[in-house]
Amino acid sequence: MLEIRGLTATVDGREILHGIDLDVPAGEVHAIMGPNGSGKSTLAHVLAGRDGYEVTGGRVGFGGRDLLALAPEERAAAGLFLAFQYPVELPGVGNANFLRTALNAVRRARGESELDAVQFLKLARAEAKRLSMPEDMLKRNVNVGFSGGEKKRNEVLQMAILRPRLAILDETDSGLDIDALRIVADGVNALRGPQTSALVITHYQRLLDHIVPDRVHVLAHGRIVRSGGAELARQLELEGYAGMAADAA
Amino acid sequence: MNTIVALQPAWLREGAASFLARYEGLRARLPGDTAVREAGAAAFRARGLPGVRDEAWHYTSLRPLAETRFAEPLTAIAACDRLMARLPAIDAPRLVFVDGRYRDDLSVVPGAVAVRVGGPAYGSLAQPERDNMVALNTMLTGDGAAIEVAAGADGGTLLLVSLGSGGTAERPIAFHPRHALHLGRAARLALIEVAIGEGVYLHNPVLEATLEEGAVLTHLRLQDESRAAFHLATLYADIAAGASYDGFTLAVGARLGRLEVHARLAGRGAAAHVNAAQLLGGRQHGDVTSVITHDAPACISRQTVKNVLSGHARGVFQGRIAVARDAQKTDGYQMNQALLLSPDAEVDSKPELQIHADDVKCSHGATVGELDAEQLFYLRSRGIAATDARAMLVRAFLGGALEPIAHEAGRRALEAAIDQWWESEAA
Repeated sequence: MLEIRGLTATVDGREILHGIDLDVPAGEVHAIMGPNGSGKSTLAHVLAGRDGYEVTGGRVGFGGRDLLALAPEERAAAGLFLAFQYPVELPGVGNANFLRTALNAVRRARGESELDAVQFLKLARAEAKRLSMPEDMLKRNVNVGFSGGEKKRNEVLQMAILRPRLAILDETDSGLDIDALRIVADGVNALRGPQTSALVITHYQRLLDHIVPDRVHVLAHGRIVRSGGAELARQLELEGYAGMAADAA
Repeated sequence: MNTIVALQPAWLREGAASFLARYEGLRARLPGDTAVREAGAAAFRARGLPGVRDEAWHYTSLRPLAETRFAEPLTAIAACDRLMARLPAIDAPRLVFVDGRYRDDLSVVPGAVAVRVGGPAYGSLAQPERDNMVALNTMLTGDGAAIEVAAGADGGTLLLVSLGSGGTAERPIAFHPRHALHLGRAARLALIEVAIGEGVYLHNPVLEATLEEGAVLTHLRLQDESRAAFHLATLYADIAAGASYDGFTLAVGARLGRLEVHARLAGRGAAAHVNAAQLLGGRQHGDVTSVITHDAPACISRQTVKNVLSGHARGVFQGRIAVARDAQKTDGYQMNQALLLSPDAEVDSKPELQIHADDVKCSHGATVGELDAEQLFYLRSRGIAATDARAMLVRAFLGGALEPIAHEAGRRALEAAIDQWWESEAA
């Protein structure tokens, strides 16, 4: 599904990723853990195609395509979804209109028929209910006046509606209380299937109690320094990052 | 030659002289009150065309207009199917003027409103001795509509349409319609003005609107003139106690466009909304200039002017709120916002408060920005193509301005014009 080979990237001329190698096969959930400043969010943004992140080497294959050659909207149409660490507020853009425009853009690109307003609202209401979101969140402007937890749930709602093949969650757990965490985790688990994958980026192990990963990778100083099974996350929780980062140096 | 004109550059003087020569040739044949017309001509002789030294025209140069020689429209019998097809689909009576002349065959006369056409409808509000373009209009106007809604009557919706059709690059034409509107006590009307056209022309309309006590005027204007045309409109509104003027102008057309509004809150508790949006690209120049005068206590004025500018377009906003000494409890608000879609677009903003009363609440502000890169990326990361993402953000920027328009069909017409503008921009 996702094949990263020797990926290097700079931000403002400074190299942040020093050569990432990573495979996420179809149907698997991988976690990326690491201390602040290790390059976790940079990796997420590079994969989503954000301006200002310059890829200086390596390649990324996504479902057999060259991901780095695609515009952000083409990556979304190909099935990539990034849940933002800091979801962006869009004053003047209604949430329902935003979601429907996004869904229909993606459906068009995939050669599927567009949903009309009635069909869409039925779908959106059902998904919102599953995520325990108040229905009026669909009527409000995108993320405007949302609490931290509501913003994260709105990301998961978008993910549920767009049904990506690879979901990247960039510290989606930060700032969530335990109930919200469970709702977010349920949203991700509901997407799991033989054809869908997820890359869960997190600082803490607690999200991984709810989304149990197939593989855990430790990122430090822009490199993956260790990979293992789900038990690696618990080991990290006990021992901290310091030892592993030192191993890499 | 008097001193004002003598100090002007030659091209400005010569532009004015050509209009005066036209007047000398036509004066015997022009209809309407000759005393008013002569006074307009005297004012135009004295003041000429405005130059950038005139404070009210500091940001808008009329040089391209002054250097164009305009001819008289030929008798309009042209079929206007193509232009008529561009009219917004609003089911209402309409008064259609082609190249400044009333066209009975294209109009649908209203039932609830009294209308007189066939000559200029001079009112009592215009100030040609101060406003150059109004002096020019007063001197050369040939036609217009006098619209009257009786006290207590609801005039419904009325379209006032200007089609520019007969001007070409070889033979540009000028027309100066002169309209007057009177709403009796507690009368109501939704007046939707639409100006569209093809070719090269000057459209220089003046509308004088008088609202008696408790009257309510909804006034929507869609300026979608030919991109080679000049559109210089002046509006006077006199708003009596408890009356409400609710105006919104959307300007997308003309190479050089200007709306100048003089709104006077004349009686206690009167209200004025003087809102506008300009969507300009290429080398278009658009100007919204307004003077809102609070002459009575406890009046409210609201003004939000939004500019979306791409290419080398230039947007100008000059807004003055003047509060007279006894206009206590005045509530005035003015905001000018610009969204620049290109590094070569430019906006000039000059808000101004002149307050002579001591118990007032007045505020104004201006913002200039570009599309937010984070917002764009967020939309694109959800699969929305870059052009569509930009369109969504521009609509969001304009959304707040259109939302308060209660006239459903009118608002939809303006929204459609915005969509169309965006499509032509994106193409």
